[in-house]
Amino acid sequence: MAEVKLFRAWSSPFPLRIVWALEVKGIEYDMIYEDLSNKSSMLLQYNPVYKKVPVLLHKGKPISESLVILEYIEETWKSKTPSLLPGDPYQRAMARFWAKFGDDKILPLIWEAFIKQGKDQEEALIAAHENLKYLEVELRGKKFLGGETVGFADLTFGWLANLVSVFEEIAGVTLIDHEKFPLLLTWMKNFMDAPKIRETWPPRDKLINHFRALRETLIAKEPK
Amino acid sequence: MADDDQVILLDFWVSLFGMRVRIALAEKEIKYEYRNEDLKNKSDLLLKMNPVNKKIPVLIHNGKPVCESLIIVQYIDEVWKDRSPFMPSDPYERAQARFWVDFIDKKVYLPSVRLATTKGEEQEAAKKEFFEVFEILEGELGDKPYFQGEAFGFVDILLSTYTCYFHTFETFGNFSMEVKFPKITAWTKRCMQRESVAKTLPDPKKMWEVVMERRKGLGLD
Repeated sequence: MAEVKLFRAWSSPFPLRIVWALEVKGIEYDMIYEDLSNKSSMLLQYNPVYKKVPVLLHKGKPISESLVILEYIEETWKSKTPSLLPGDPYQRAMARFWAKFGDDKILPLIWEAFIKQGKDQEEALIAAHENLKYLEVELRGKKFLGGETVGFADLTFGWLANLVSVFEEIAGVTLIDHEKFPLLLTWMKNFMDAPKIRETWPPRDKLINHFRALRETLIAKEPK
Repeated sequence: MADDDQVILLDFWVSLFGMRVRIALAEKEIKYEYRNEDLKNKSDLLLKMNPVNKKIPVLIHNGKPVCESLIIVQYIDEVWKDRSPFMPSDPYERAQARFWVDFIDKKVYLPSVRLATTKGEEQEAAKKEFFEVFEILEGELGDKPYFQGEAFGFVDILLSTYTCYFHTFETFGNFSMEVKFPKITAWTKRCMQRESVAKTLPDPKKMWEVVMERRKGLGLD
């Protein structure tokens, strides 16, 4: 029984960041899958504030919120390479900035473009592209945001690599096109090909079924 | 850190986000140049230093910009690590501090703004949310002198900025912070005994005036 346990939901991108971090650093862990429509009493006990996944349990003590967990992993298993964050404080601030940018701006806008239709979808896509432009510039001359190996910011953006094509197939719209974002698409390929990444992400057909059903439910709820 | 470090803070005096950074700089006794931005007419420097979000605060350290208030506070703590640490040394306790910093950052701002700048049903809803959030914080603080234990730290820096608005919340929300949240009230007094907090936070009356102006502008009072 590993001293590290990860509570996750199979389809959620947030716990997947933690799976990637643990795998990439070679840290042994047990996975506990949660059914988010029927949360376990353990999850509610370990994350009473948000009642969400991911939760990392280390020697019986819980940590919640994916970016908090990533920083904890980095600090606790300092000797395990690769490092997720650089040593220099300025570079660390940059990594944190891009991670926050991804979660605050890119993720909600791409999600919006995926679940909406018509004019709402168009507007969300325009806003997403406005923001993705900055990421495209940041990727100049870099294999990963973290340098030569996958780092903190890359893990935070990792959902782009496995979910964008799923969303595009379901919604029938191009979210990230190769003409506007060649470097971003290259990054997505590099990320997908990095050790431990693709082998640990959920099967594509399952993701398509899951997100298609979710999109239909959300669209049905929209006021006409 | 050498005394010839050049530190500039681009900020706006009313901003809660800017106040976090000012308290952090004061805690570490860092000399810096303060530049108040006109948010309706942002300076070329601000737009150049924060092209992505175009917002204050921005810390410019020896010509290099750091953006986003929480990231700036962590940066300050990591660079000037020889004094007044904002974080505990144990990784688990650091994770708890980060969790609560993130919670405050996500959950306190919007209900506070709505509580102060709406009325009727909308304000009642905001008040309910505000109380829920502060009840969680009251519980988390418990009998500790500060959120992280014995020492004033990152979580305290963050939440203490809201204290200059407590009088405003009480007045427009028609409740007493001391009655509802006695532990946080005691903690507020403790924080105000620190020079960094006392000298950074504007007079609560000034914040009330700012909000009053906003309310008038919205046609509320």
